[in-house]
Amino acid sequence: MTGPARGQARVRAAFDAARRDDRAAFLPYLTGGWPDREAFLRHARTLLRHADLLEVGLPFSDPLGDGPTIQRSSEEALRAGVRTAHVLDQVRELRSETDTPIVIMTYANPIVCYAHGGERGFVRDLAAAGADGAILPDLPPEEAGDLIEASREHDLATVFLAAPTSTEARMRTVTEASRGFVYAVSVTGVTGMRDAASDAVPDLVRRLRATSDLPVVVGFGVGNAATASPVAAVADGVAVGSAVIRRIAEGGDLEALAAEIAGACRR
Amino acid sequence: MFPTPDVRGRFGRFGGRYVPETLIPALDELAAAFDEATADEAFQARLDETLRTFVGRPSLLTLAENLTERSGGARIWLKREDLNHTGAHKINNTVGQVLLAKRMGKTRIIAETGAGQHGVATATACARFDLPCVVYMGEEDVRRQSLNVFRMRLLGAEVRPVASGTRTLKDATNEAIRDWVTNVHDTFYVIGSVVGPDPYPRIVRDLQSVIGFETMDQLEERTGRRVPDAVVACVGGGSNAIGIFAPFAYLPEGERPRLIGVEAAGRGLDSGAHAAPVAVGKTGVLHGAFMHLLSDEDGQITPAHSVSAGLDYPGVGPEHSYLFESGRAEYVSVTDREALDAFGLLSRTEGIVPALESSHAIAYATELASTMPRDAELVVNLSGRGDKDVSEVQRLLDEEAA
Ligand SMILES: Cc1ncc(COP(=O)(O)O)c(C=O)c1O
Repeated sequence: MTGPARGQARVRAAFDAARRDDRAAFLPYLTGGWPDREAFLRHARTLLRHADLLEVGLPFSDPLGDGPTIQRSSEEALRAGVRTAHVLDQVRELRSETDTPIVIMTYANPIVCYAHGGERGFVRDLAAAGADGAILPDLPPEEAGDLIEASREHDLATVFLAAPTSTEARMRTVTEASRGFVYAVSVTGVTGMRDAASDAVPDLVRRLRATSDLPVVVGFGVGNAATASPVAAVADGVAVGSAVIRRIAEGGDLEALAAEIAGACRR
Repeated sequence: MFPTPDVRGRFGRFGGRYVPETLIPALDELAAAFDEATADEAFQARLDETLRTFVGRPSLLTLAENLTERSGGARIWLKREDLNHTGAHKINNTVGQVLLAKRMGKTRIIAETGAGQHGVATATACARFDLPCVVYMGEEDVRRQSLNVFRMRLLGAEVRPVASGTRTLKDATNEAIRDWVTNVHDTFYVIGSVVGPDPYPRIVRDLQSVIGFETMDQLEERTGRRVPDAVVACVGGGSNAIGIFAPFAYLPEGERPRLIGVEAAGRGLDSGAHAAPVAVGKTGVLHGAFMHLLSDEDGQITPAHSVSAGLDYPGVGPEHSYLFESGRAEYVSVTDREALDAFGLLSRTEGIVPALESSHAIAYATELASTMPRDAELVVNLSGRGDKDVSEVQRLLDEEAA
């Protein structure tokens, strides 16, 4: 990497580097502040040894895009008193240790209601903490005017989602509003592990590539080498959430999971 | 039929579609199908016939003579949604949406429910029109409303308890949306109030507006006036209130009656245990729409409280937020205690046992009537009957006596 790239430039550089290595980028997800501050930082450091980009969840009380595993981690985090400011602090701490891009994943209400200036204030503070962008599964581009404008100002990535149900027109709307990468939801459904990679993936990726040059990350339902490799064969990135959370919840070997999936990302 | 929402599903700055991308095409499809159905005379005839011969419409407009006498002011009229099949206004909406689902070729119905009233009304429509029905209900509500759980099962519905979050209505709604995201190709989500992403708020409003249109005709027949001086309705998500407000809300200033929505003040607005988002004044995004809601400084949704399960919801439909901000409607709140008193009062004075939800409207209307002249007309939407609440009220009164 040349120079101190940050924001969407840092995100793009991570995908470029992975492409040069002939592999898909690996994007693990962790719920912010969960299971507690210290354990979160420890798990994040483990993942950062293998990750091309880290997704940090800002927990929300009503995560309607998430399956039971991530729901439970969000609930536990909130019950333990995790606040928006804590998650931003943890991002700041990680940023002091790593150049790997960090993207926040949350829902519309925590940013719309952000106490220090709503969406615009949130983006400003996100950038100040050293995060590089945001993913909001319940915020389609039409509703994201303020977030997009503020993100452009701070040069942060804005990641919107495309789904198997998306029409060509929707894909254009989603990719035009996205910076950094676009997120392809592999199934109609919520987050959570599934037994096999969705056979909708190749077509979804192909259709997105026909609309834009952005890296395409596939997520939802990827949780081990078997489900990651077919995705890595066609996509620019593989996002893994529930499997990471479950591994931690079960007290299993997170390093092994991260190494397994990062390995499966090699083409 | 009514002037709002705009092309982006907004009532002023409220509403919109804050949903996972997967659902956007389904919402487009739903909006188009609803507009087609609205313009289709055969569909409207089928809906009208169902309302007449199955739901029992038109519902009566009853003059509450004794209550009027006691208040010493405006004549108090009761729009008797309690007399509908299944005992509340909810069925107006569910028969309409289930008929729409059939028209769209959907083969599976899902719904959320809190107290169980909307669940029962959906299960009833599904039994009548022969579609399989899954109802999501918070574990806490399943426990508190076991009789309605049994009613739904009796009607052939599958009730799925929801163990996430606060285990109440808002979590049941999340779970219904998750089901819809997963099974969107064959499933129709019958939402229970004027909430959710566009086009739901306007669909539910249009289906419930039969309450207001009937009120106009019936009032004219009885008094020669189509427009009363005031209309009062309780507000949970806001469907019975929008149903009776809608035909009046967009009349020009000067012709418009006072429209008053009554939120649940629970144990008092200062107690934090209430369900009065408009009174609190905070706005945000819940269940797909931008509206007034209860949330903390970080935008986490905070639990609502009301003695009436049907008002126990931390948000209010976007059109209410708009009617409030534009000054077309007013919003007030009534405590658990005042609602319980009104529950007893209407039972004793008029021989009508109101739902605890509707008791909030009765409580405020009785007060308001006393401040109005005797030749004024005040209509209260009696959104449901209180049979479902008698054992809970008995328990509360016994507890107080002890
Ligand atoms: C009788 C009755 N009234 C009112 C409500 C509140 O809903 P809404 O505000 O949508 O009318 C309910 C909800 O269950 C109800 O059962």
